[in-house]
Amino acid sequence: MLKRVHFPSSLLPYLLVAPQVLITLIFFIWPASQALWQSMLIEDAFGLSTEFVWFENFQALMDDPLYLATFKRTAFFSLAVAFVSMSFSLILAGFADRVIRGATAYRTLLIWPYAIAPVLAGALWVFMFNPTLGIVAYGLEFLGYEWNHKVNGGQAMALVIMAAAWKQVAYNFLFYLAAMQSIPKSVVEAAAIDGAGPMKRFWTIIFPLISPTTFFLLVINMVYAFFDTFGIIHAVTQGGPANATTILVYKVFNDGFVGLDLGGSAAQSVILMALVIAMTVVQFRFIERKVEY
Amino acid sequence: MAKIILDNLKKSYGATEVLHGVNAEIEDGEFVVIVGPSGCGKSTLLRMIAGLETVTEGEIYIGERMVNGLEPADRDIAMVFQNYALYPHMSVRQNMAYGLKIRGLPRDEINRRVEEAAEILEIGDYLDRKPRQLSGGQRQRVAMGRAIVRQPEVFLFDEPLSNLDAKLRVQMRLEIRKLQKRLGVTAVYVTHDQVEAMTLGDRLMVLNGGYAEQFGTPIELYERPQTIFVAGFIGSPAMNFLPGRIEGDAVVLENGSKVPGGAGSGQVTLGVRPEHLVADDKGPIRLQVILAEQLGANTLVHGVLEGTDTQLVVSLAGIRAVTEGEVMGFSIAREQMHLFGPDGRRIN
Ligand SMILES: Nc1ncnc2c1ncn2[C@@H]1O[C@H](COP(=O)(O)OP(=O)(O)OP(=O)(O)O)[C@@H](O)[C@H]1O
Ligand SMILES: [Mg+2]
Repeated sequence: MLKRVHFPSSLLPYLLVAPQVLITLIFFIWPASQALWQSMLIEDAFGLSTEFVWFENFQALMDDPLYLATFKRTAFFSLAVAFVSMSFSLILAGFADRVIRGATAYRTLLIWPYAIAPVLAGALWVFMFNPTLGIVAYGLEFLGYEWNHKVNGGQAMALVIMAAAWKQVAYNFLFYLAAMQSIPKSVVEAAAIDGAGPMKRFWTIIFPLISPTTFFLLVINMVYAFFDTFGIIHAVTQGGPANATTILVYKVFNDGFVGLDLGGSAAQSVILMALVIAMTVVQFRFIERKVEY
Repeated sequence: MAKIILDNLKKSYGATEVLHGVNAEIEDGEFVVIVGPSGCGKSTLLRMIAGLETVTEGEIYIGERMVNGLEPADRDIAMVFQNYALYPHMSVRQNMAYGLKIRGLPRDEINRRVEEAAEILEIGDYLDRKPRQLSGGQRQRVAMGRAIVRQPEVFLFDEPLSNLDAKLRVQMRLEIRKLQKRLGVTAVYVTHDQVEAMTLGDRLMVLNGGYAEQFGTPIELYERPQTIFVAGFIGSPAMNFLPGRIEGDAVVLENGSKVPGGAGSGQVTLGVRPEHLVADDKGPIRLQVILAEQLGANTLVHGVLEGTDTQLVVSLAGIRAVTEGEVMGFSIAREQMHLFGPDGRRIN
């Protein structure tokens, strides 16, 4: 006979989960449903009346070349942020994995950027690259390269990518370092005896073995670049010049709070919500499956 | 195929010295086993030969070359690790081919060598599997295969069999030995198992606390151990040690009985192997029985030297009935007595 533990049914478990449920309801379900509801409304120019229009807002977005351009720009931005930040972290972790002495100090220093609020991180980069005052801009000018991200869209994009990537380096670094340290030392030594130099070992042994971490970080970084970079962009470029750094989240804000097109803005956030859900699903499915190697 | 010379080899980690000057000449094609208790520095010594640890002092020669400053890749060695260290993301075939590809061998030569090694090791059926799809014994074979396809001058083994079950261990031991003889490669093999060491090695180096206590053939180590440590380490069941002192041409034991043999004077430790004690009612070595282990082919009688607390084990041929508390007499031939001075060194 199988013996099971039975608890008398009581109110207690419900009470215990209640705060969590409440928080989810107030801070997620309610705003999300509000957004969903709003995305199907159109307000008149004076904000006096609203009309229920089903999917007209979405239709309008799909037909809007500006929105599609923003979509492409966001894809580019998030891929670039993920790539820059991950490759930089990978290099740092590769070195840290070899260092034993002073490794903790090195790691502590590297984790600091992650603890900085996005707006502050953005402000830091703005100061450094300020066309008239910034030290880096000054240095670049000295080298004969004119820096003005307030005018040049490409430079503005590069700047927000750098700032966003920099903040994520620490996080990626920790995951990469942990992954590298979980590779048995003898496997790398075996490769050394087999004649592989450090670079060869890295690309043929270490990199393939940490590929699950790479995939995990790719999703995390994309999600970060999609949704968490608002503060940085707001501090650095305000989406400009001429929308050159307006990504989807920034456009939601711009259209909604500046342009006061609440319906269109809500429709955009619903699309973003769908995107984040999709990415999360991909990630979970993948992690569940583990990685084949 | 190459000779290996270790010249006054020392290793320190920070301020602690873990190897205190090891000397050895390993002949071309010889199978040398480094044996010793855990932590004595066996792996460190092997890894220094491989080039995975730096040399603090002294010199290592492989063939004619001084290899101290060479990378592992340039020493022409292959190593089999305790945990096999197979590349988890590569198939068995890729694992074996990896080193050859790096060396830039032509594809058909690589294939030929891999097929050949697979045939010798009987792993031809698994060539396309990943390491995690193999049993421990099969992984062990793949690790061996990865070493032999390279056709190196020297094989290095760091306890390659310790993760296998007892039966497989005996079988693989034989195969390693056969393979090494067939290929004629110089081999250095690390183990803490003295039976493995005795059966595999042409010569054994007994390492203890970073010192090479003795370097010789298994028979030399068994018959003339130079230190108490070697005497106690080699042989199973282990040698008995009876404290005593030399008077005239006899050793006087704690309980006063005189064992004829020995010369000199002063305190000694008499070492006698359990299998060398001969039942003799009038014999000088009196054993009070505690218990007997019947092993079928022989009987191990455990007890103490009569009137003392000194442990004593005797191995008797065949099945013998003994009763607890009974006192048995034994004698020993002079040439089978091992006498050690107070410093632990052999004196006869
Ligand atoms: N990286 C290291 N730093 C400091 N001490 C070390 C290091 N590696 C090994 N040692 C020390 O060196 C000594 C010898 O270690 P080694 O690994 O050679 O032992 P071993 O004989 O192989 O033991 P085992 O049979 O347990 O494998 C040990 O006392 C160990 O603590
Ligand atoms: Mg070891």
